[in-house]
Parts: sequence; structure tokens; C-alpha cells
Amino acid sequence: MKNIIAKIGAAALALTLAIPGALGAEEEAEHTVHYPMHKPHELDWSFAGPFGKYDKAQLQRGLKVYANVCAACHSLELVAFRNLEELGYTEEQVKAFAANYEVEDGPNQDGEMFTRTAIASDYFPSPYENANQAAASNNGAVPPDLSLIAKARGVERGFPLFVFDIFTQYAEGGPDYIYSLLTGYEDEVPAHVEVQDGLYYNPYFISGAALAMAPPLYGDDVEFDDGTPATIEQEAQDVAAFLMWAAEPHLVERKEMGFRVMIFLVLFSAFLYIAKRQVWSRVEH
Amino acid sequence: MSTLEHHGTYTPTSGIGKWIDARMPLPRLMYDSFVAYPVPRNLNYAYTFGGILSLMLVSQILTGIVLAMHYVSSTELAFSSVEGIMRDVNSGWLLRYMHANGASFFFVAVYLHIFRGMYYGSYKAPRELLWILGCIIYLLMMATGFMGYVLPWGQMSFWGATVITGFFTAFPLVGEWIQQFLLGGYAVGEPTLNRFFSLHYLLPFMIAGVVVLHVWALHVTGQTNPTGIEVKSKTDTLAFTPYATIKDAFAMMVFFAIFAYFIFYIPNYLGHPDNYTEANPLVTPAHIVPEWYFLPFYAILRAITFNIGPIDSKLGGVLAMFGSIAVLFVLPWLDTSKVRSAVYRPWYKLFFWIFVADAVLLGWLGAKPAEGVYTTLAQIGTAYYFGFFLIILPLLGLIETPRRLPNSITEAVLEKNGAQQVSGTAAASPETRG
Repeated sequence: MKNIIAKIGAAALALTLAIPGALGAEEEAEHTVHYPMHKPHELDWSFAGPFGKYDKAQLQRGLKVYANVCAACHSLELVAFRNLEELGYTEEQVKAFAANYEVEDGPNQDGEMFTRTAIASDYFPSPYENANQAAASNNGAVPPDLSLIAKARGVERGFPLFVFDIFTQYAEGGPDYIYSLLTGYEDEVPAHVEVQDGLYYNPYFISGAALAMAPPLYGDDVEFDDGTPATIEQEAQDVAAFLMWAAEPHLVERKEMGFRVMIFLVLFSAFLYIAKRQVWSRVEH
Repeated sequence: MSTLEHHGTYTPTSGIGKWIDARMPLPRLMYDSFVAYPVPRNLNYAYTFGGILSLMLVSQILTGIVLAMHYVSSTELAFSSVEGIMRDVNSGWLLRYMHANGASFFFVAVYLHIFRGMYYGSYKAPRELLWILGCIIYLLMMATGFMGYVLPWGQMSFWGATVITGFFTAFPLVGEWIQQFLLGGYAVGEPTLNRFFSLHYLLPFMIAGVVVLHVWALHVTGQTNPTGIEVKSKTDTLAFTPYATIKDAFAMMVFFAIFAYFIFYIPNYLGHPDNYTEANPLVTPAHIVPEWYFLPFYAILRAITFNIGPIDSKLGGVLAMFGSIAVLFVLPWLDTSKVRSAVYRPWYKLFFWIFVADAVLLGWLGAKPAEGVYTTLAQIGTAYYFGFFLIILPLLGLIETPRRLPNSITEAVLEKNGAQQVSGTAAASPETRG
């Protein structure tokens, strides 16, 4: 019996050692590149961890980056102007912000569609009428809506990181990816990489070596109202945080509720365990 | 020991209690089934997953019904209606995350429940029908989960549906007709989404019905227990309430705490980022993967890369995948051993744990691209999967020498407690507890 276990154990060990070797041979033979070429940087986010919170000042800066840089091509159609009160703006400020935008409405009494100034209950308007127009202006690629981009992007973490992530509560793969992409453009293209015309090399891009989006940030693209220096890293981090809020506006409420729920469940489990022990103490088992 | 032996222990004392009992003995049924009902006294925590599963079914149904009040099952509006739930519906984010993670935890519990059944021989006579009802519940759960995942109409929803419904074209002659009948069209689209919503709402109530049959079948034969020996006398058992009730309640609370951890802190951990991108029939994701609980079957499907006579590899894969579930239904007749519990079957125990490792391996492979060494490993894993059921189990019963069985459950419990007292845990012995 022990003999059998020993033999099976040896076989399992041999298999475990052989796999990486076999995989290595596969990659050398086919030169398959895995994208992204570089894993994303891991930043410290204010909303990470069980007690994470959004930094409202950061969200406001991120909103400015979105509105002044990204909104030219990217819609944010799931976010309404009224949601911006969560960033610390008053109702009047939100109305004034919305008034900068025009939205389509109608039909009116004459049966015609018309444009009017946006109000707080309107959603961010798209820069394009439709997907075809968006693609036509962007080398055939449609700039994705950014409302959920922070949850729609995530790089595989691999073993054993994906196990540790359960305990560290790593849920910031999206913002890390966005930051890394925005700051990851490189002018020097390595020799073995082929970049088509109209595409821009970025080793942090998840679907290939190059993407249709030109580097949108260079630094000092906007002037922050709170005086924070607008370096490219700062802008990228702020807009990534803003996009995380856009994707998950109830994050703080969720974690706060989670804390109260976990405390209750742990205490109640302990109480039930004591009760179980007391009940079962009367009998042999 | 059936419930009939306990007919009569329920004696209502209140006026209304007697009134109802004379007209419709439902309280009597509840009492006989969940208060006075005898359970073996040596059940361990592996036996709490049945109760946990009932809790998860109720949770899924309640959250699902409220979600259905806000969800719109049209291809235009499905994705944004889910986002409306996440952003605008009061506690909508909580309902959605409870429901999505609830599906995963429902499957965690069902796999642990199934593995418990396999380890302790719960499927053996006279519980074959109980096991088959369980397999039917499992099948219904898989259908429900598959259709539920399509509803948010993300990229994985759409493309997962495209891949899975594509299987039916593997069947010769009638394949394409079946596929179009299921889809309501030539490809996954509006009719598909609508009917999946309808069926996703229906199936959980069918599951609830089969669960009632499952618990009924269980109560006719009684539970198995870790020794695998049938209950022989009253000293072998304890009343369900308070003993099993409190133990199940504790186990449910621990399970719920882990479930809550995922809901509140890592709600998207078990999901795929691609499903936060709206479905686009013109853009195929780089890797199409089903939810984790389908991965082992996905690996088996893709492992068949060769033709077997007139059966081409596509059909072979589909047959292997359906076969891997079908083989569960006949498990009671594949295992020839007279001994029930793996505790007393050392060889079976070994092969069982290798089977568990194999299931995990196949799950890991299901998420990998189907090429190179991954395919070879999947083929080995599939071979062991079928070999375990079709070769090892029938043979083992004939050639294995089991360990000595205790004479009764009571004897096994006393033996265990005797050993504990001898090893000096006097403080924990029943006599000295207050």
C-alpha cells in the first residue's frame, strides 16, 4: 500500500517537474508572445483593501482629465451628471457642469429632434452619433465606452498570486491596467516587434503589441484646480481612480456594509458553535 | 427507519394546533421530518452541505425574483438594465453580487456534497434513487447556471452561449435543426436571450420540486453515516432537533461568512472581466471560457481531438462531455463493493482522492488554451475520469479487502470516545461537562 503511494507520488512529482519544461519548449518552438508583454504596475490605491475609500479630490482631478482629454473620443454613457455629487460637488456645481454639455432630445411638437443644454439627470453624451462614425474617425477602431472599463480589464495573475489575491482582496487589476497603459507608451519599438501603420506600440496593451489609441497623455494636459502638478503619472492615476468610481460607485458602501456583516457573522458563528457544543455535550458522539 | 415509525410522537397541545392537524397534517409532517426525525449520531460536518444547499437555493430564488423585477431581457437593454440594477436600484448592487456569487457558492456546496456522497458510499443501495434525484438536481443546476450567465449579455455571455449551443451541430442529420430550435434563430440573438430568461426563471422551481423528492427519498431510507453501517437501534441515532439543527445552523453560518467575504470584498473574483463589455457578435474574445464550475467538463470536451471510426472529434467531444455527467447516474451500479464507506476501503480511498485531484486538474485545464501539453494532460485527466467510474470501481469491489467494520454505529462512537478518554482529554468527556 505504502509502495503504491510512493510510486504514484514519484510519478506526480515527475509530471509536475516535466510540465514547465514542456511548456518552455513549446514557447521556444513557436515564439508565442503572451499579451500584455509587461505585467501592469501595482499601485497603492486609496480604495483598495477592506477599509478603502475613494479620495474625492483625486476623483475630481480624474473627472477633469476625462472631460478634457478622454471625452473627445470615449463616451461615459452609464454615468449621469447627478452622480457627480458623490465627488463632493454641490447640486449647483453639478447643474453648472452639466450645462457645458448639449444632449439630443425630442421629438418636439413639430416631430423634430433637437439639441438642448444638459441637466443633472442626463447622462454624459457620446462624442459620436454611432459606432460607425466612431470607427471612421479612429482608424477603424471604436473607442470603448469607459463606464465599466475599470472592471472590464484584468490581466491574468497566474499561480500562486491568484490564491493570495483572495486574502489580500486584490480587486484593482483594472485601475492598475489603465494606469500602466496610459503611462506605458514607448517610442523605441524592439527589433522583433512589428507595428502596423496607424498603431502605437505599448507593451502594456492586453490584446497585442500596439493599439489604435495614440498616447493621450504627455503631462500638463490639464491644469488641476487644487494645484496638484499634472505629471503624466498623476493624471493617469487620477483618471484611473475616477474610472474605478465610474465602474463601481457603491464600492465604499459595499466595503462598509461588509465590515458590519462580517463582524455579525463571525460573532454569530461563534455563538452558534458554543450552542452546538453545549447541546452535543449531553450525548456520546 | 422511515418516518412512519414515528407517527404519533407529534401531539399538538394548542387549540389551533389540533384544529390544523385534524384537517391537514402539515405541521405533523414538518415535526416528523425535522424535529423528531432520527439521524445517525456520528455524522460529521461533511453532512451539513445538504442544509447549506437548501439555504443557497432559497437565497438564489429570493435575490433572483427581485432582480427579475428590474432586468430587461432584450438584447438592446439587457446589459444596461443590469447596470441600472448595480447603480440605481436600492441595494441593487448587493442583490446582483449575492446572486452572481451565490451561483458559484451553490456549486461549491454541490461539489462538496457530491464528493461526500462518493466518499461515504451514499449512492449505494437502498439510496440509488436518492442519488439519481441528486444527479437530476445537478443537471438542472447546470442548465440554470448556464442560462443565467447569458442574461447580462456581456461578451462571455454571448460567446459562451454561442460555443455551447454550437455543440448540437455535432449530432449528424438533426444537429443543425436542434440548434436552431434551441436558439430560435440561426445564431444566438434576441429569441435566445428571451427564452433563456424564461427558462432561467422556471428551472429553479423545478429544482425545488426535485429537492422535495430528494429529501423525501432520504427520509424513507435515513442518512448514511461515516461508518457506512445502517442504523440498527435507537442508540445509533439522535433526534434531528436540536442536534442536527444546531450543527447545520453553525455550518450554514460559517459557509455564509465565506460567501459574504466574497460578496463584499472580492465580488468579481470568480467572474471574467470580459463580461463587463457588452456583447458584440462581430468581436470574438481572445479566450472563451465558461464559469469555473463548468471548466472540468469543458476540458473533457476539448480533450477529444481525434476521430474514433465514424465519430468525428467534434461529436466525440460532445459525447464525452455528456457522458461524463451521464456516468454519474449509473454510479450505484458501477461500484460493486459491499462495503459502503471509504473509511474502511483503503484502495478506494486512494483512487477517490486521485479522482478529486483529477477533477481539480481538469478544472485548471478547462481555462487554458486547448493546445500542446495542455491537451495531452486533458486527455490523461479524461482517461482517468472515465477509468475511475468504468474500470476501477467495478474491479475494486471484487478484489479489494476492506478493513474490519464495527458492529454498529453505537460501537463505533463508543470506540472513538473510549480512545479519546484514554488519551487524557478528561476535561472534554461527557460526564464532566456541566
